[in-house]
Amino acid sequence: MKAAVVVFPGSNCDHDIHHVLNEVAGVPAEYVWHGESSLAGYDAAVLPGGFSYGDYLRCGAIARFSPIMPEVERLAREGRPVLGICNGFQVLTECHLLPGALLRNRKLKFLCQDVHLRVEPSASLYAAKYRKGEVLRIPIAHMDGNYFCDPDTLRELEEGKRVVFRYVRPDGTREDGDGTANPNGALASIAGIMNKEGNVLGMMPHPERVSEAALGGTDGRRLFQALKKFLEGRA
Amino acid sequence: MQLKVQVFLKAAVLDPQGKAVLGSLHSMGFTEVGDVRVGKVFSIQVPDGDPETVKLRVEQMAAKLLCNPVIEEFAILP
Repeated sequence: MKAAVVVFPGSNCDHDIHHVLNEVAGVPAEYVWHGESSLAGYDAAVLPGGFSYGDYLRCGAIARFSPIMPEVERLAREGRPVLGICNGFQVLTECHLLPGALLRNRKLKFLCQDVHLRVEPSASLYAAKYRKGEVLRIPIAHMDGNYFCDPDTLRELEEGKRVVFRYVRPDGTREDGDGTANPNGALASIAGIMNKEGNVLGMMPHPERVSEAALGGTDGRRLFQALKKFLEGRA
Repeated sequence: MQLKVQVFLKAAVLDPQGKAVLGSLHSMGFTEVGDVRVGKVFSIQVPDGDPETVKLRVEQMAAKLLCNPVIEEFAILP
């Protein structure tokens, strides 16, 4: 079992993910530079947060054409786990492994704060160790996290139970447009979605930042433990 | 030769930057302004060639990289 942490120029959560996978979740993980052209031998790929290529053009738009990306797409097609967090989510939408796009935050401000997420009733492998309806506290740190898609795509996501996490109030209820619980203005309060097959997850919040009590929370840890369990099941 | 590609968010996509500029213009007294959209212009330098072929190539660049068709639309400026 081996996971690749893809490193783009400007990635800055790659060390956090590498640490949590290896030291907390027990998933052997290695860095793979974006200029590499093979992920042979890897069973999963994580696209970390950061500002690949300085967020120039659009977030993730240039990273999406990195030499490593056809291999990330191959893993996704083969049903292997591909996880994109924050900038990684943006890359996954740019390369169409996930639908929609991440727009500038509604209030045009960089947001760095804890949010509450509700675990939605999806069949996501990453949510296997969470209870449906459970409320997690996980930080966000982004300028462009305002999820958008067209109405047909939204219907597909909702009907296919592909919304994995939603921004909610601490009591698990959705806000009514006042910005208190959905700070970036995401459509339908969407914080994370998966592909049809469920092996690709993109999310704006950072579970790797709350995987150890010493860092202020452990609500993110079970996502990586679920990933480990899935990989063990396939081994 | 040089071609210019203009990219705007689609009309159906909220443009918070445009809204902020609109609000500022209104507060400055330019109350006649109905709406503002903020876009980008790319200036693309390419060797001289058959204008139709060059335009086709630039359209491909726009469709593939300069514009995200999920949220944006592009036009090649005359």
